[in-house]
Amino acid sequence: MIPVAGLVAVVAVSVATLVIGAFGLRISRTTSDFYVASRTVAPLANASAIGGEYLSAASFLGVAGLVLVRGVDMLWYPVGWTAGYLILLVFVAAPLRRSGAYTLPDFAQLRVESRTARVASSALVVLIGVLYLVPQFQGAGLTLRSLTGAPEWVGEATVASIVLLIVASGGMRSITLVQAFQYWLKLVALLLPACLLLVVWRHDGAPTSGRLEVSDWVEPLSGPHALYLTYSLILATFLGTMGLPHVVVRFYTNRDGRAARRTTVAVLGLLSCFYLLPPLYGVLGRIYAFDLVTDGRSDSVVLELPSRMLGGPAGDLLTALLGAGAFAAFLSTSSGLVVSIGGVVSQDLLSSRLDPVTAFRVSTSVGALVTLAVALASSGLAVAHAVELAFAVAASTFCPLLLLGIWWRGLTARGAVAGMVTGGALSATAVVATMFGTELAGWPGAVLSQPALVTVPVAFAVMVGTSLVTAAPEHVARTMVRLHTPEHLVLDRGSYHPEGPAALPNA
Amino acid sequence: MSDGPAPRRVRVTSPRTGATRRRRVAGTSEIDAQTELGEVYMRSLVRAQLRLALGVTAAVAATLGVLPVVLTVLPAVRHVRVGWVPLPWLLLGLLAYPLLVGLGWAYVRRAERNEQVFSELVDRR
Repeated sequence: MIPVAGLVAVVAVSVATLVIGAFGLRISRTTSDFYVASRTVAPLANASAIGGEYLSAASFLGVAGLVLVRGVDMLWYPVGWTAGYLILLVFVAAPLRRSGAYTLPDFAQLRVESRTARVASSALVVLIGVLYLVPQFQGAGLTLRSLTGAPEWVGEATVASIVLLIVASGGMRSITLVQAFQYWLKLVALLLPACLLLVVWRHDGAPTSGRLEVSDWVEPLSGPHALYLTYSLILATFLGTMGLPHVVVRFYTNRDGRAARRTTVAVLGLLSCFYLLPPLYGVLGRIYAFDLVTDGRSDSVVLELPSRMLGGPAGDLLTALLGAGAFAAFLSTSSGLVVSIGGVVSQDLLSSRLDPVTAFRVSTSVGALVTLAVALASSGLAVAHAVELAFAVAASTFCPLLLLGIWWRGLTARGAVAGMVTGGALSATAVVATMFGTELAGWPGAVLSQPALVTVPVAFAVMVGTSLVTAAPEHVARTMVRLHTPEHLVLDRGSYHPEGPAALPNA
Repeated sequence: MSDGPAPRRVRVTSPRTGATRRRRVAGTSEIDAQTELGEVYMRSLVRAQLRLALGVTAAVAATLGVLPVVLTVLPAVRHVRVGWVPLPWLLLGLLAYPLLVGLGWAYVRRAERNEQVFSELVDRR
């Protein structure tokens, strides 16, 4: 294909992102603007922003590639990534918003009243954030390479610098607008080519292929330990969503707990529309682009299909549109992650030494640069798996903290820390082993590649067990009032303010 | 709810408006003072919301959650086709989504109703 179309697409998305970001810059002044857009974001815009932020490279390119190679079992990924929001909605959305905390460490400190729990949470936010960020940068490298032929480090460095520019200049307000825009861009970028490609397929006489009838592709639960792997995947995605730092930070931009719930339902709808599309590309790829499987380039099936099926300028145009969507996916997820990592680092490590706005800028820059370094250094490693593992780590650490913290008065500081450390250490072991390509046979191998079904129950057990033998925090009854009662009731909700912007004079 | 012997039955001959009003106003301040009654109010709210959340989770478990087990126990289901689309593809690729959105929507309605009931209980003036 012609590199020009792809290049134009990437430049257009980047410029549009920066321009919308600049709109935010003019109205983004106080510290609380930087973190949570002063909570003035309307529900649909907020839901679009959540969708835009959440639909990453894994959703836009990865699902189609996985379906192309491994078939129906891979449909559990998009289902799980959507169902995770339902679980988040029913257990976490409103109480988390009502807690008034800005980040997961804020929540930990509010609920269990412990500085140690706060620090442990901050470390986990950075761990999960970087795990999730590295594959975004690398995906950008791959995309730019297949669009323009540029070496991979160019794409990685491009995404890193654009994200830095947006985040460090405009903060979260511009992020919200940028991401709301990017949800719709991603949807259109995937929907329009999908419709046209289906028309082409019909026009071709609706060809099918023997490769669609291969039984371990078309039938579910193929391969060894399939049942364990499927349930482990279900557990990680259903429970991990609530513990992703860039997802959770979005809930503070809702007006109140009720709005947080309604926003989440809207997110469920938006994600459901989007996730109908990637499997189509995977199935069409099975017919038209099977050589990608043998080449090990299945992740680029979404980008390759138009030129295979249409060719000519029309094919190039669709490829450019898809490339734009993919780039939007990297930009939005990366900027959301950089904001949440930066927020945590600046609050917990820098705010005593620098003024908050400078601290936020410094920490986002450092976060993005460190991740870029990791991405460049680890380009030979199997990091495509890292997104899934980030879910497993989140499900084994923040999920028990949130569920027990919100619904069980018995959770104590020691219990929370013990559970998070145990779950984090176990799942991080699996992450490290997988990233360095450790291949074990039989059950140990299955557990290492999908650890959640083991690590989540262990983390819950440790958290509950330790809490039962230690003393509950002093103000737990007041905290429960804060988490669960509707805002319009005049009640004493305690005096806690997170150490973030609310405690600052101009917020 | 109450300790000790049951109170003597009293015949009510005229509405005790004053007493009623006092108890109604007290709801939020009972919670603020963390009295036994205030704790009862809070626990009733938290339990109602938790029961609802667990109900939704059970609905997900009973539909999506049992699917891998059903497909393992009844392998014949794997080959069922609706038109030319295999049933597992149809369930996971399409029908799972309206189910999730529908459950989310039903949850929000009930959760808001629970809060309304709670608000009326503790905040009637």
